[in-house]
Amino acid sequence: MYDVAIIGGGVIGSMLARQLSKYSLKICVLEKENDIAMGASKANSGIVHGGFDPEPNTLKARLNTVGVEKLFAVAKELNAPIKRNGSIVCAFGEDEEHAIKELYNRGIKNNIPGMELLSGDEARKLEPALSDKVTLVLRATNAGIICPYELTIAAMGNAMDNGAELIRCFKVETIEKADDCFTITSQKGKTVKAKYIANCAGAYSDEISALAGDNSFKIIPRAGEYMLLDKAAGSLVSHTIFQVPSKEGKGILVSPTVDGNLLTGPTAGVVNSPSNTETTAQGLKIVERLAKKSVPSVNFRQVITSFSGVRSSEKNGDFIIKMSDVTKNLLNVAAIDSPGLTCSVAIADYAIEALEKSGLKLTPKANYNPNRPDPHHFRKMTDDEKDAFIKKNPDYGRIICRCEGVSEGEIRAAVTTNPKALDIDSVKRRTRSGMGRCQGGFCMPYVMQIISEETGIPMEEITKKGEGSNQLIGRI
Amino acid sequence: MKKQLICIICPRGCTLTAESGNGIKVSGNACPKGEKYAIDELTNPLRTVTSTVRVKNMPLTMVSVKTKDPIPKDKMAEAMKIIRATEVNAPIKIGDVIIKDVFGTDIIATKEINL
Amino acid sequence: MDIKNFDIVVVGGGPAGMAAAVAAYDSGITSVAIIDREPSLGGILRQCIHNGFGLHKLGKELTGPEYAAVYETEVAKRSIMVYYETMVTSVSADKTVTATNKNGILKIKAKAVILAMGCRERSRGALNISGTRPAGIYSAGTAQKLMNCEGFAVGKTAVILGSGDIGLIMARRMSLEGAKVEAVCELMPYSGGLTRNIVQCLEDFDIPLYLSTTVAEIHGKDRIEGVTIAKVDENRNIIEETKRYIPCDTLLLSVGLIPENELTMGAGITMDNVTNGAVVDQYRQTEQSGIFACGNVLQVHDLVDYVSDEAEIAGKSAAKYVKNQLEAGNTVKTVAGNGVRYVLPQKVDIKSSEDVSLFMRVTAPFGKVRFTAKSGDTLLATAVRLKAAPGEMEKITIKAEKLREITTEITLSLEEL
Repeated sequence: MYDVAIIGGGVIGSMLARQLSKYSLKICVLEKENDIAMGASKANSGIVHGGFDPEPNTLKARLNTVGVEKLFAVAKELNAPIKRNGSIVCAFGEDEEHAIKELYNRGIKNNIPGMELLSGDEARKLEPALSDKVTLVLRATNAGIICPYELTIAAMGNAMDNGAELIRCFKVETIEKADDCFTITSQKGKTVKAKYIANCAGAYSDEISALAGDNSFKIIPRAGEYMLLDKAAGSLVSHTIFQVPSKEGKGILVSPTVDGNLLTGPTAGVVNSPSNTETTAQGLKIVERLAKKSVPSVNFRQVITSFSGVRSSEKNGDFIIKMSDVTKNLLNVAAIDSPGLTCSVAIADYAIEALEKSGLKLTPKANYNPNRPDPHHFRKMTDDEKDAFIKKNPDYGRIICRCEGVSEGEIRAAVTTNPKALDIDSVKRRTRSGMGRCQGGFCMPYVMQIISEETGIPMEEITKKGEGSNQLIGRI
Repeated sequence: MKKQLICIICPRGCTLTAESGNGIKVSGNACPKGEKYAIDELTNPLRTVTSTVRVKNMPLTMVSVKTKDPIPKDKMAEAMKIIRATEVNAPIKIGDVIIKDVFGTDIIATKEINL
Repeated sequence: MDIKNFDIVVVGGGPAGMAAAVAAYDSGITSVAIIDREPSLGGILRQCIHNGFGLHKLGKELTGPEYAAVYETEVAKRSIMVYYETMVTSVSADKTVTATNKNGILKIKAKAVILAMGCRERSRGALNISGTRPAGIYSAGTAQKLMNCEGFAVGKTAVILGSGDIGLIMARRMSLEGAKVEAVCELMPYSGGLTRNIVQCLEDFDIPLYLSTTVAEIHGKDRIEGVTIAKVDENRNIIEETKRYIPCDTLLLSVGLIPENELTMGAGITMDNVTNGAVVDQYRQTEQSGIFACGNVLQVHDLVDYVSDEAEIAGKSAAKYVKNQLEAGNTVKTVAGNGVRYVLPQKVDIKSSEDVSLFMRVTAPFGKVRFTAKSGDTLLATAVRLKAAPGEMEKITIKAEKLREITTEITLSLEEL
């Protein structure tokens, strides 16, 4: 029997597992996919939000204010790349200037450090590519960028190194409760027993809560479409460039990524199902038009991929992080839309407080290791470092992904270290192999071979992203 | 009977018209090769078949093969059946006969495979 | 770190790299190295098992591996150093080549460098097709490698987007192996492939070719289940009412090749926005003195025979450069005029004592045309063709004595006859 079963291996579930793995507890994470970070955690803006946007006195405001520095600290422990590049919100004309000043005042109320209001000209000195129609900006110097799936993988890896278990391909079908013990059964008939459930199921968290007997909230899935541009465009802007937020979200942004690409998006359309991550011609056109409004020189011929992610909103607009009023020992961590990634550490800590208050005993683990080993990204080393590294491990001398400079050694490490990559896209998220401008055209067959060699899975059964997504249909 | 076809002998790609009746009359060709091509295509179209054969003693390795001479176009599918049912052991040299006498020619290796 | 010196380093051991190395060696430079990332030479030819190679250059029709073997044998006959399974990660303007292999980092100081990295395929991402992102979408060359080199079947029912030669060749290959190719869709109103491939790869197998048609949407969550295809108007916008669904488990993309110029750009070499390759003169020397380029990294060719020709020019020129016999002469620019998309070389040394061949591609399919090369009012060369198509590279040669009459830039244009 587990002390805590976390349902959902997104950034929230993974970070909660990591923060809980500090204590002597038996923890598991139940993930319906073949890998973690498969929902909104792999398809969002990757922004560390400054914290001026949430309405004062909300949970979002409170956790954002403390969450930024918590995230920077944890990302460092986990060796997950994070960068404080600052953000800019642009006003185009008088009406929006009013909204910008409003945001600034909200930021003051939320206790956000490092904000300043700059004229359009001052802003263009910082960001020469900014549109000449921008009249006023709010700059937040505490804001940053982070790779959301790398953070998720690092958090889960560290949790697993500290004893947490990851159970994949476990799609929860029923939850039963008897004598303070939950019995969770998967679609394939596997069962897990736990004293507590932490529901971190993202866009499906209302369904999970309902399975456990609590129908108190309903998730509104909201899709955001993005386009990612080649690294050649990555230095067009240095800040994350926002537009004035609306009800649906924070508007279309233009931002560098920690990996050196340029990201544009997201749109904000309510979709019929949380699994609807299709991109649309219409959505991508909106992204292009609005991104060019802030930064006219974005060259959309440099797009290397487009994608869509589903955010989990709720009608009250705030996070739901609390023990269920109906089902004892069910913790809901739901409606985590923006700034959820920024708050992920703060959310996990807040959730742990709630668990403790409801009786979960937290005994610190003596041998807890807060650090995740450096994943040895070959591309980031100097020639001398590379040479020394190859001499120790020749696998690092064979470059598999030429676009991103990823070596065989990194791919083997991704397939053999926690949480192991067992399909092509999982290798991509851990190593960036296939994430460059050729999008896997060259490296994919090699990646498949390495997965096959390390795991014993035959080539024909290797998938792009889990069950049903086989790349090959057999031998000719 | 009138038939239009595009000559593939050179990149020029002449549009040929072949009329069959008393023999075959070809027009539209810029050179004599075009005439021959059209007549062959109507009377006895030939194709070189290229494919691969599994190398039995090496995992994940295929040796590429071809028909040494072109075979009748309508025999391509049958030739493929024979090729697909074949396995071979390395080492293999370019030109090695992999399958003998397939529609009047041999299937030969087009790649060197060393153990 | 291993530091080596060579007179000439060739980056890439495909058809261009092999021919360039052999030509350089035969021009009297014996300190030559080829660096290639694969365990054997030949590059992309190793997976091109179809025939049709060598007709111009070798006077016989060979398959890709056979054509590669001809040059591999020539390389082996000479004492040319080959670094296998070695990836070049940078080329500097001072001609230091840095590479990685399982022994460590290798730095080669060269007197001349020949860039012969070839090209890569455009990806789905670059096309920005909307819809889902399932398994079963391949660039045609990736599918070709999995089938021809490793023996895997990639799918049972396929749609191919793009009528480039690799797409056409793969349509035949999949059909021969028992798969059903439902359609080849081409965005343009004409095919970018060679006529012989349209006849022998599509017509022989009754595969329809839909022109002015594209894949508008991709469907299927895990593995692709189908595509929506649609006609496009003259501005290449999708015509909504022509949308129709084709079920398939595979989508192959053959939508263009992009010269692999990351190293070239890293060396600060001036690029041509149309060819996506370096700007070169007739010696195939880039604007960085002593760095040469040839083959598909310079311009995407339709025939390997012409790649070998171009590589020989680069190899010979690099040898001359090392021997200090390559004069940086008096150059003029070449300009693409009416009906011509680009001209290569982009610069011509008019002091040259040898004839200069200019290669070009036309902007659209034409019937009978006359090509003219002019410098101001001076006619330098002319050539008549019965047909011209963007898929087929054209060549016009300016005689050495005519070079003396050049005063200003050379304009290449066509007129329809």
